[in-house]
Amino acid sequence: MSRGAARAVPLAPAVALLALFMLGPVVWSFYGSFTNTALTGPTAANPEWIGLGNYAGLLADPDFPKSLWLTVVFVFASAVVGQNVLGLALAGLLRSAVRPVRSIASTVVVAAWVLPEIVAAFAAYAFFHADGTLNAMLAGIGVTGPDWLYSTPMLAVVLANIWRGTAFSMMVYSAALAEVPPDLTEAAQLDGANGAQRLAWVTLPVIRRSISTNLMLTTLQTLSVFTLIYVMTGGGPGTDSSTLPILAYQEAFKFAQVGYGTAIATVMIVVGGVFSVIYIRALRPEVD
Amino acid sequence: MRTASSLTRVLAAPVTVALALPLAACGTGGSGSGDATITVAYQKFGNFTQADELFKNVKADYEEANPGITVELVPIEAAQNDYFTKLALMNRSPATAPDVMYEDTYMIKSDVEAGYLLPLDDYLAEWDEWDQFVDSAKQAGLGDDGRTYGVPMGTDTRGLWFNKDVLAEAGLPADWAPSSWDDILEAARAIKQSDPDVIPFNMYSGKPMGEASVMQGFEMLLYGTGDTLYEDGRWVLGSQGFVDSLEFIETVFSEGLAPTPQQALDTNIGNTVQAEWLPDGKVGIALDGSWLPGNWLESGVAPWPEWSEKIGTAAMPTQNGAAPGAVSMSGGWTLAVGAGTEVPDEAFEFVATALNRENSLWFDVANSQIAVRTDVAEDPEYTESNPTTGFFTDLVDVTHFRPATSDYPQVSNAIMVAMESVMTGQQTPEEAAAVYDETVAGIVGDEHTTQG
Repeated sequence: MSRGAARAVPLAPAVALLALFMLGPVVWSFYGSFTNTALTGPTAANPEWIGLGNYAGLLADPDFPKSLWLTVVFVFASAVVGQNVLGLALAGLLRSAVRPVRSIASTVVVAAWVLPEIVAAFAAYAFFHADGTLNAMLAGIGVTGPDWLYSTPMLAVVLANIWRGTAFSMMVYSAALAEVPPDLTEAAQLDGANGAQRLAWVTLPVIRRSISTNLMLTTLQTLSVFTLIYVMTGGGPGTDSSTLPILAYQEAFKFAQVGYGTAIATVMIVVGGVFSVIYIRALRPEVD
Repeated sequence: MRTASSLTRVLAAPVTVALALPLAACGTGGSGSGDATITVAYQKFGNFTQADELFKNVKADYEEANPGITVELVPIEAAQNDYFTKLALMNRSPATAPDVMYEDTYMIKSDVEAGYLLPLDDYLAEWDEWDQFVDSAKQAGLGDDGRTYGVPMGTDTRGLWFNKDVLAEAGLPADWAPSSWDDILEAARAIKQSDPDVIPFNMYSGKPMGEASVMQGFEMLLYGTGDTLYEDGRWVLGSQGFVDSLEFIETVFSEGLAPTPQQALDTNIGNTVQAEWLPDGKVGIALDGSWLPGNWLESGVAPWPEWSEKIGTAAMPTQNGAAPGAVSMSGGWTLAVGAGTEVPDEAFEFVATALNRENSLWFDVANSQIAVRTDVAEDPEYTESNPTTGFFTDLVDVTHFRPATSDYPQVSNAIMVAMESVMTGQQTPEEAAAVYDETVAGIVGDEHTTQG
């Protein structure tokens, strides 16, 4: 027996569990997306294989391209830009902050992350509601705020997701920044590099694998955000904030079209895969 | 799926035989009177604990009367939509399918098509209390094949609620009774003129309120036009009544007689209307369900002891006052028996016990339901349970049930979309109706539609 095979033995239980609880549902969902399985009605009793019928239906459905676009906007604005940039900025700023400021600021940021998703969602709903906290504060300075959830639903859910998820990125980047060797930044400083140059040419390259990992995690997490949007806007008004998870839920459980819903879920896997490949390619380790 | 289920069947046969042999040896020999377990699935969520209480009582009575039979209660803690999902998932597998289930009239037709339910006609024919149930309510338990699959527990009706103070301010009588849509619009305009800060008329509209928009809002209009949604197994497209109903919605929203679209599209408007606007006189007239007083009782979410003096009711008129002059929509819940049950006799026996006179009376009063048994409807304990009970019980005569086929949820969604685009002024009623026609034809197929 080769050494390779022997080394695989300790991995076997983990692989088996993953196959059972991760791969299994994925494969079942993939299979389901080629059938007209429903929760009720005639096709619940006798689901049929309809090939690419669900995918053809998706392409013909005007809600789908819109939903796909909203999902990409949501992921890009709230995870890729919002959570990552803000998380990195906070981590950097807090490193040089005095101790009480650092403790208070990180507690506030982490609080949003510690909240259960449903509680965070209701808090965000109460904040952005027409008679909510935000408009009450704006009224205090003489500004009449719009009904955020109605007139700018995507902005509201993007801001809410940034608020909720930044803590995770901040913690990842705090850890990563602590690992940057101080002699590297000091050397750059002696060579006359200013703050922005040190960040761009020293710090970011050193922590790029943390960036890659963090981007991937926040993207995949944001891609599957459901509760936050569902509670805040229900995907509306109309379908103006229906991202793919909301659309999939509506089709699978509100209209009982499980097959069609799983086709949308399959598209989500593809979207997640595309983002992941981009990260891995763009931030591939060159020399180490 | 298919391979999995045939595998189950192959395995199930010898396993069942192996299990059945020792069981048969232990059994006392009586068929149907031996040891058996009946599982009963129902919803228990938030304030809704009445079904739980009912079934706990029935379980005790039933087990005492039928020694050897165990009733296993399976409360499903989920909101309405998730309850359907969980119940459907339970029904999909023979291992978890319940013997008796608390089943929405709205789901019966599609669950029959899915093969989840057992026809009860043979049992009902022998049940001497079945003729106590009113005919319109029996309809709600029918499958598309004309057989009965659910025994109704109670129903609900819909009509106009109004705040008498607000109407008095606008010079309208305390016994206001509109006889056409125009009467409603006139009253609403009068209220707007007397106090511009009051919302004259509320009807639910658009997607956030979901089925409430369609049933309490749109269908209360459409079924009063003489047109209908579904006829002889086909969906009616291009009807004048559909356009007229959307026109009414356009009128109330564009003239500012209804809440602003922002308010109307808030997911919580239902609670706001019932708990704040009507009691505070911020809304004049509201098109809503018979269960509203449940909120205002001592035990409700917004106790309001004076409601019976402040609030008036009127039937929703038909479009131009055509016979029968009023219209209502009904839903409600039934008890149904699972198609795969191994103890159908016992399961029906349980249903009959749970819905006898005494238990129906208790459930209808406790859950603010409209009675479907004539002996309950006449009982003073029921008629005196709240001052509007009599009014809403009478509406059962003019009520309609939704065409709850398996396509209905998607058709209902298309109606919400049409309502929303009209109320926000994005489309004219004709344009929205044309989009609806196209959407529905796409959902059900041209061969299942007819021109109205």
